[in-house]
Amino acid sequence: MNTRSRVIVLTATAVLLAALAVAYTVSRGAEPAPAEGRTSGDETADGRRLQFLTNGRLSYTSPPRSRRVTPVECDRAYAAAGTVACLRPVGALSAGALVVMDAGLHQRRRVPLTGFPNRLRVSPSGRMVAWTLFIDGHSYATTGFSTRAGVLDTRTGRLVTSLEDFAITKDGAPYRNRDVNLWGITFAADDNRFYATLSTGGGRYLVQGDFAAGTVRTLAPNVECPSLSPDGTHLAFKSAIAGDPKRGWRLSTLDLATLKTAPLGETRSVDDQPVWLDAHTIAYTLQLSDGTNQTWTVPASGLGKPQLLLNNASSVSPIPAPVQSARTGGQHRQSQADPRP
Amino acid sequence: MYLSTLTRPAGGRRRAGPVAANVVALGAVSLITDVSAEMVTAILPLYLVVGLQFGPAAYGAIDGLYTGATVLLRLAGGYAADRVDRRKPVALLGYGASAVAKLGLLAAAGSAAGIGLAITADRAGKGLRTAPRDALITLSTPPDRLGRAFGVHRTMDAAGAFAGPLVALAVLAAAPGSYDSVIMTSFCVALLGVMVLVLFVRDRPGPKPSREAPRWRELLRGPAARRLVPASFLLGLATIGDGFTYLLVTERADLALGWFPLLAVATSGVYLLLATPLGLLADRAGRLPVVLGGYLTLTAAYLLLGLTSGGGLWLAGAAVVLHGTFYAATDGGLMALAGPLLPAGLRTTGIALVQSGQALAYLFSSVLFGVAWQVWGTRSALLAAAVVSVIALAGTAVVLRTPERATP
Repeated sequence: MNTRSRVIVLTATAVLLAALAVAYTVSRGAEPAPAEGRTSGDETADGRRLQFLTNGRLSYTSPPRSRRVTPVECDRAYAAAGTVACLRPVGALSAGALVVMDAGLHQRRRVPLTGFPNRLRVSPSGRMVAWTLFIDGHSYATTGFSTRAGVLDTRTGRLVTSLEDFAITKDGAPYRNRDVNLWGITFAADDNRFYATLSTGGGRYLVQGDFAAGTVRTLAPNVECPSLSPDGTHLAFKSAIAGDPKRGWRLSTLDLATLKTAPLGETRSVDDQPVWLDAHTIAYTLQLSDGTNQTWTVPASGLGKPQLLLNNASSVSPIPAPVQSARTGGQHRQSQADPRP
Repeated sequence: MYLSTLTRPAGGRRRAGPVAANVVALGAVSLITDVSAEMVTAILPLYLVVGLQFGPAAYGAIDGLYTGATVLLRLAGGYAADRVDRRKPVALLGYGASAVAKLGLLAAAGSAAGIGLAITADRAGKGLRTAPRDALITLSTPPDRLGRAFGVHRTMDAAGAFAGPLVALAVLAAAPGSYDSVIMTSFCVALLGVMVLVLFVRDRPGPKPSREAPRWRELLRGPAARRLVPASFLLGLATIGDGFTYLLVTERADLALGWFPLLAVATSGVYLLLATPLGLLADRAGRLPVVLGGYLTLTAAYLLLGLTSGGGLWLAGAAVVLHGTFYAATDGGLMALAGPLLPAGLRTTGIALVQSGQALAYLFSSVLFGVAWQVWGTRSALLAAAVVSVIALAGTAVVLRTPERATP
């Protein structure tokens, strides 16, 4: 082979290998990026107005039987009273972040966060945003994972990046342990009292917290990812089967007055912080074996079977009627514009 | 006697080029291969810890294997290459093994044993190719131009090592979080290197370059071994490895994962800036203080990462500067220290011995640090590493200080 043909062979090989590398990279990097659009499908949604995620894009039900998918990317999302919270995924060269938007999806505040987005809630008034990230590990089923739960008060701008610094009262006594993890926060209507999960020494507990005082105290064992009902009397939550997260979780409700629990009609394992769509209906995401998500509902009474709400949807939250939500959202933005400290 | 340019036949005009075409071709192979190798090295910690969710202890074991196997298999590779008279096939086997190992890394798909195997194959390939490659350079160059030939080759090699993490960064920017893509691209690049080797490097017939046969027994009986082996082992213990350091910097500085490969690039940058000034300093102030000072900057980096909380870019910057200074002050420093302590006829074996001791200790420290991280958490593990490194440095100072020269 003379030099010329060698150069040709090498060039051809280089082109071929470059094509292979680029094709592989592009196939891994490219995600279906639908522009804002409507898709029609087998939407049931019961005629509710809902916000949710479609393949990580913020979406809204758009009756009849279709959904509006926005280009806004979130790993987790939640909306209440004109506050839309979104945990941005970690980009190639950007850290993850909590983005707080108004009802028109205009950014009001951005908080850089490190970790894998897991739970996200906005208090009923739209004021408190609470989230949970995985720092080590990805799953509550493993041992040795580590979470960081934080809260942003959008009115005062107070940012608590880790609730682990709160004073803990466990079984009536002050408690400190470096293995403490907190996750799954839900705020009450007063924007101060909250509930969450605390794990320490292999046990997982429901805690009630006081945000202003910076305290949490344990209430009951084996309650994870609580979600407060609209009337504030009950919690929906997941609990590990026989206390062993490796066996999966069941959904139940807990009466805060009596601390009595009652199982819900869903018998599949649910690893999600449930959501009250209204006083009688609890929604949650199920991840199917092929990795896609479905959102289901089950009656809060414990009677009745689960029903499919939305296909290919996660992070569902109810949103109030459009006119009202736009106005309160707007006023909210005007009166407490961007409260940066 | 040697190839003058790429296009002219062998034995032609002597003055046509400063360096033989074969050397340039080998340099190109090394450059391309180093791009491939360094892209993987730059993301391997992330791939294992973030991508595959390995615990720190498992990562430490694989990292120790990666570095330990490099040195130990180089000895084996050199031996194997000496047994076989033909250089190009052995080099080809070496480069080919490393290329295929990249696919092995993907095929292992999260199995620690599979990844260990792929890494061993990769390092074995490196061990196998180094000796025949250097022999080919020697045989393609008249003795009076050897220095320049090796200089050109090593420069191309270093350029590849510098570019590798940048390519990894570009791939990660195109496909966020897709470490698979980086490894696949690395495989393609490695294959290109193999093609250049196949097409443009010629095997040179000629006398076997005389390699000093390892004479371990003779060396180990000498007085130098009593100081060099403990010193190299202690210095190996003092380091916990780049991967761990960069992972901790990423965590402490809250760095987006995509920037991870840049930590290696920035460290190389600091190294390049400081290598010459620190070399001059070593000539003036003595090698031992500069080497030990270099290790102390590493201790400082551990303390910095262990004691600070929060801290964004400045922390990453400070850690990288300390880390780069460490490399600039110590790279080749131990070898330079070892040189005078070794009998002239046993230099190669002696240096191999020093490297092996260091690699073995590194394997220990990597595994131990991984376990410490897993059991105690990062802060305690870092403080422990700092304490160990200070003790190791004190030990090294005592062992190496006394008579500076055994044989003048």
